[in-house]
Amino acid sequence: MSHRGTRVLRLDALARVEGEAALHLRVQEETVTEARLRIYEPPRFFEAFLIGRAHTEPPDITARICGICPVAYQMSACQAIENACGVTVEGPLAELRRLLYCGEWIESHTLHIYLLHAPDFLGRADAVELARDHRAAVERGLRIKQTGNAILEQLGGRPIHPVNVRVGGFYRTPAPEELRPLAERLRQARDDALETVRWVAAFDFPDAGSDHDLLALRDPGRYAIDSGTPTVIAPHGRTPAPREFPVSDLEQHVHEEQVPHSTALTAALDGRRYLTGPLARYAVNGRWLHPVAAEAAREAGLGDPAAGDICANPFRSIVVRAVEVVQAVEEALRIIQDYEQPPRPALDVIAREAVGAGATEAPRGLLYHRYALAENGTLTAARIIPPTAQNQAAIEEDVRRAVQARLDRLGTAAGDEELTRLCERAIRNHDPCISCAAHFLDLTVERG
Amino acid sequence: MTGRIVVIGVGNPLRGDDGVGPAVVEALRGRVPDDIALAVSDGEPGRMLELWRGADIAVVVEALLLHPARPGELHTLTAAEVAGRARGTASTHALGLGECLALAEALDLLPRKVIVHAVEVADVELGTGLSEPVRSALPELIERTATSVRRAGEENHQRRTSGGAPLP
Repeated sequence: MSHRGTRVLRLDALARVEGEAALHLRVQEETVTEARLRIYEPPRFFEAFLIGRAHTEPPDITARICGICPVAYQMSACQAIENACGVTVEGPLAELRRLLYCGEWIESHTLHIYLLHAPDFLGRADAVELARDHRAAVERGLRIKQTGNAILEQLGGRPIHPVNVRVGGFYRTPAPEELRPLAERLRQARDDALETVRWVAAFDFPDAGSDHDLLALRDPGRYAIDSGTPTVIAPHGRTPAPREFPVSDLEQHVHEEQVPHSTALTAALDGRRYLTGPLARYAVNGRWLHPVAAEAAREAGLGDPAAGDICANPFRSIVVRAVEVVQAVEEALRIIQDYEQPPRPALDVIAREAVGAGATEAPRGLLYHRYALAENGTLTAARIIPPTAQNQAAIEEDVRRAVQARLDRLGTAAGDEELTRLCERAIRNHDPCISCAAHFLDLTVERG
Repeated sequence: MTGRIVVIGVGNPLRGDDGVGPAVVEALRGRVPDDIALAVSDGEPGRMLELWRGADIAVVVEALLLHPARPGELHTLTAAEVAGRARGTASTHALGLGECLALAEALDLLPRKVIVHAVEVADVELGTGLSEPVRSALPELIERTATSVRRAGEENHQRRTSGGAPLP
């Protein structure tokens, strides 16, 4: 029941958010005064676990942080170690890594679109209900996902915790003919991916905006995945002008600090709330989408990415994810077509006393690693900044806005159940990755 | 492939007792016939559906959290029993095993038979290694799983020799 005075909502069961999440919402006189989300345990355990290990170990160990995006962890880890050792992986080895990463984007995004996010727009409680009522769609989603999985198996050795990636490259690289069956599957997946964009574009989207700064890697000439320069753009179009900084300076810009509506420490970028992930990536890299993906974006009502149009409605992130799946499929096809087997599966990465940083675009956003190595390669420090931790303040603000917009709508009172669903949707828009945190949901609604 | 048997250990070895499923699968390596597929999974439903696609019998080993908890207690459940428990209570995974089984059923992707062996966990905080109650229960859990695999093989053999209709 809605009534004047103070009420506090503590949401106890956040459905379809991977892992553990708890939300604390305080409403005073029909104004949301606090939206506090505990959704991510920064991987401090892994940082401690890495100290004293060899410089060759972070890709394997950090891949276990997240079963949904192990490749992202491997890639950021490899780059940070290679950066410390003065090695740059280029040419076909870098292309193979990018191909592997495309597989992860395809798999992770499709999981979120079909099994976690779409039920929100179709009024279904979960993926099981969706499968009963929209079976063909769910089967299409599983087909796309299997294609991403096939790339991970072919290049990574196995789909969860891939074992074939190593510092400097791979343990083994495929011959071009080994990749041909993947190309065949990817061509089929392209049709399914384009159909996905049309499917999600037809959903009803609540009218919503956001004013977070946007942070993504920028890799001029191509849509950033595995490399690029951290770039920040302002929320409403083009002023102030985009700014960028080297990966190695990221910790000078990203700080954990107190924000007004929350007692928790939250990441801020140069003192401001910011968002990383598909919406940020699309804003920074949209002009470099493959023509097929760009056309799909235009048809889906995302404006013209070539002209720098951005998407500020977090509920439409599902459309941007669908466009990114098309992009990843096209990019994977291009890489396979141009691929020539490298002479050696990996470069030598000789340890030295140094610090190195690496950042790549995990499906959920920018993932940063930094390692300090002793002369013999033993790790003396490790720092991991995952996308969901960076997005926490932005997600909280989205929740606050969504609930406030609902409370401001006159006529009908907002019940606990409705607000709970609304909060869950606002959170799911950002596909928070908390599967490496505890897996139990803890969402309570408390009203006073 | 008709008659295929798959054993799936679900869990994350870096989450304490959640690693019990993978631990059982490791213990079965070399102990079961070569044609038995052994797999480890984080329980993500899309991958689970792939792992048992085309399988006749799936044996799943899972960590289980019940209230009130009796850590180390073993449970053997059918697909229907797990699906009935559904979210939150029965599994440590994002979309729990219950939802995963319900999803498979909705899409006609359930193996003919699913056997779930589960152990009640004490500790799923970040860290390696099993708690004492779960470690003590591990040999019996491995034994139960191995027995299920052996019986599944016998059952398949009987179905073949008795001309039992192969499933699509």
